[in-house]
Amino acid sequence: MSDLAIETSGLVKVFGKNRAVDGIDLRVPAGTVYGVLGPNGAGKTTAVRMLATLLRPDAGEARVFGHDVVREADAVRSRVSLTGQYASVDEDLTGAENLVLLARLLGYRKRGARDRARELLAAFGLTDAADRQVKKYSGGMRRRLDIAASILNTPDLLFLDEPTTGLDPRSRNQVWDIVRIVVAHGTTVLLTTQYLDEADRLAGRIAVIDHGKVIAEGTPGELKSSIGAGTVHLRLRDARQRPDAERVLSAALGAPVQLDADPVALTARVDAQGDDRGAAEQASRALAELAQAGITVDDFSLGQPSLDEVFLALTGEHVETEHDTEQGSVLEEAKA
Amino acid sequence: MTTAVTTNGFTPMAETLSAVLAPGHRPTRPSPLSASITFGWRAVLKIKHVPEQLFDVTAFPIIMTLMFTYLFGGALAGSTGEYLQFLLPGIMVTSVVMITMYTGVAVNTDIEKGVFDRFRTLSIWRAAPMVGYLLGDVLRYLLASAMIMAVGLVLGFRPDGGVVGVLAGVALLMVFSFAFSWIWTMFGLLLRSEKSVMGVSMLVLFPLTFLSNVFVEPRTMPGWLQAFVEVNPITHLVASVRGLMAGDWDGGELSWTLIFAAIFTVVFGTLTMRLYNRK
Repeated sequence: MSDLAIETSGLVKVFGKNRAVDGIDLRVPAGTVYGVLGPNGAGKTTAVRMLATLLRPDAGEARVFGHDVVREADAVRSRVSLTGQYASVDEDLTGAENLVLLARLLGYRKRGARDRARELLAAFGLTDAADRQVKKYSGGMRRRLDIAASILNTPDLLFLDEPTTGLDPRSRNQVWDIVRIVVAHGTTVLLTTQYLDEADRLAGRIAVIDHGKVIAEGTPGELKSSIGAGTVHLRLRDARQRPDAERVLSAALGAPVQLDADPVALTARVDAQGDDRGAAEQASRALAELAQAGITVDDFSLGQPSLDEVFLALTGEHVETEHDTEQGSVLEEAKA
Repeated sequence: MTTAVTTNGFTPMAETLSAVLAPGHRPTRPSPLSASITFGWRAVLKIKHVPEQLFDVTAFPIIMTLMFTYLFGGALAGSTGEYLQFLLPGIMVTSVVMITMYTGVAVNTDIEKGVFDRFRTLSIWRAAPMVGYLLGDVLRYLLASAMIMAVGLVLGFRPDGGVVGVLAGVALLMVFSFAFSWIWTMFGLLLRSEKSVMGVSMLVLFPLTFLSNVFVEPRTMPGWLQAFVEVNPITHLVASVRGLMAGDWDGGELSWTLIFAAIFTVVFGTLTMRLYNRK
């Protein structure tokens, strides 16, 4: 036995001509949250489905706690749980019925199953909704029930496939809190997401995947230092000050500044690389210098790099590529 | 609306969540029977939440019984009363066998839902979800049989086999339908849409139920048709049920019916499980 929850080598799944997963190697340490980050169609769900024994790999190997996902599927199943991208609960049944059903299938006796269901409904704040059909639940409630169903048997490994896609910010925060508590309890979590922000907040390590391949892997810190710690967005009061602002900003941050389509807006990357100062400190210093130069800033924000920026940094390609030409023409306009 | 507000205001509490995560003893995996019964319970819960779906097992059999009794009764047997003695066991078989196709439709619409992914990641007997469908459906078949028997008794059906004979006939019909339904679980997994499942079902069910001894004695048919009717499993089933309800059962027909049931289960059960594991 190893202390790896998941170990894959050269994992491949082909659907027709589409190599959905094209040789993925992963090593997920037990007891951590591991983030799999990528855009729609990158192969995240297909990879998870193979690891959860739902799909048979076309090539390569995958082991979960040392058990082969094909040859020892049953041993894998007894230790994992899956919360799929679309609710993995029965919409026609009530919340309580869903949990009792699953508890029974996990081997709880009648009384035990009912008790366990009640306990979980209470812990997930669903007691009031216990006897309502799941189709009448809100997105956040449905997701909580889904996760409750997944931890009925306290699995050793929990797959969460895009658990916060489509949720409002409050429900998203609830899911994040739950993940933290679950992992503190010793369960390994494999989380797929489209949001760098989410992976950064939760995961100990992140694999970035695109077109079925891992294009980067490391701790959030390592990834960010390779792609820039963040992005500052500025809006000036006076468009005529933009050339000055661009000069001051690029000198202060030591990075190129993008001029946005909006004539008063600027965007710049903040690199923490080779500098001990954090992104926030660098940005505030840049702001001070702008003020000193007499440039009025109406609005300012410091954000995480978006998934698009991550891909730009890692592959040199936008997830969607249109921006460059647009910015070019705006630049011409501004000069004219 | 007030409840929605309070549940949305939920904050995950580390203590309460930790308490439910505490690794108590994990129960041992359920037996194949217990897992199958649990899935059968799921089917019953679905009926409870969507009772309209029982329309097909209540109204349809009644209409079938009334329609064919009065349509053919006078012409074929001289009177509807006499024809009913002949027709009722057969119309019961026809109705129930026709209802079996809804198993395929249910499998087809259910399997695409996320909840099936969860079932398939459980460490349980692999066939349990499919057997669960069939167990739930046996309940529906029983309901349909009871409706038809009630209508029959009102119209004047008087089985010589008595209560025991009728119950034995229904029991045999249940065994056969359970076995026969594996065809539909297979098609439910094989075909892409609900509509195609319905289409294929009709194509199989119409010849099978009508080209049999349900409505008329095979003696009146041309030779080539008699040949088909003779090997049709429905013919053997109808002859057996008729015999049981009339109080003089035919061991040969009974054996043929049970042999067919065994073949359906083995062949289509195996194919179903193969498709299910590949899905």
